[in-house]
Amino acid sequence: MSDTISINGEIHPLTAKSIVELLSQRNIDINKGGVAVALNGEVVPRANWDQTSIKPGNKVEIVHIVRGG
Amino acid sequence: MDAKVANTDFSIAGKTFSSRFLIGTSRYPNQQVMMDAIEASGAEIVTVAVRRVSQESGGEGLYDLLGDRFHLLPNTAGCFTARDAVLTAELAREALETNWVKLEVIGDDETLFPDVEHLLRAAEELVGKGFIVLPYCNDDPITCKKLEDIGCAAVMPLAAPIGSGMGIRNPYNLRIIREQCSVPIIVDAGVGTASDAAVALELGCDGILLNTAVAGARDPVKMALAMKLGIEAGRHAFEAGRIPRRLYATASTPTDGAIEL
Repeated sequence: MSDTISINGEIHPLTAKSIVELLSQRNIDINKGGVAVALNGEVVPRANWDQTSIKPGNKVEIVHIVRGG
Repeated sequence: MDAKVANTDFSIAGKTFSSRFLIGTSRYPNQQVMMDAIEASGAEIVTVAVRRVSQESGGEGLYDLLGDRFHLLPNTAGCFTARDAVLTAELAREALETNWVKLEVIGDDETLFPDVEHLLRAAEELVGKGFIVLPYCNDDPITCKKLEDIGCAAVMPLAAPIGSGMGIRNPYNLRIIREQCSVPIIVDAGVGTASDAAVALELGCDGILLNTAVAGARDPVKMALAMKLGIEAGRHAFEAGRIPRRLYATASTPTDGAIEL
């Protein structure tokens, strides 16, 4: 069985080594504002996206700014 | 407007705003109406939410649309626990590079009333982490006082349930909160129309945060303007000082020199 991670609550095969790689695979512009990432319940600061590696079983949350009241 | 009769500015956490109207970005018929309504409202603080990026959307560009022009205030809407609210606030801080947060911890899906226990816990934790916390709370003077004591930069009591448009259901509590708290009081939720907003400001509340009453109006842009004027009128009336209520008439026209037959 291949290694998997959870992305926004859904199980996916682990295909990215870092957060930067994961975001680009999902067509998210890493230079654009309004996006944030948490790894296993902890926010990963933007500056650490490229050196933060993703391991099998990790839980990743990728969020952005949307309309709200 | 003449400076002598303009509404006084108000400050939250040392930042001064000339508009006392905070407006939401949800539920408008379309993006252009939203932009026009925000424009008409004169609001400087605009609320947004934080949600998972879906595979399809990839971002709806709200940050690009509003980020440069307004003070974006992220909310923690949809959070039912202190833990979720704290993580959402931290994600919002990272996404928007702001430590301001409209803290919502909801207790129940049907009423959307706050869960006070979790709200207080989340507020304490976020204040400890250096956030400027603006909590959506009940119109309960005790809760408001506790939130102020924790170090929240404002308190945001509801006027009525979120999106209900029921108006100011408990003006007496708002008066007590005004007397008990020294941080800004922003009535958040329940305002239905411009007179509701005016009443809140007349009671001494410092501002209004609303969304549905404008977004759901037949003409959202016109309602945004009406709310702006209601808020300004209410603040003027508060600063001017209303006359006391009396049971009997007091003649406004002097009686001296009136003819007597």
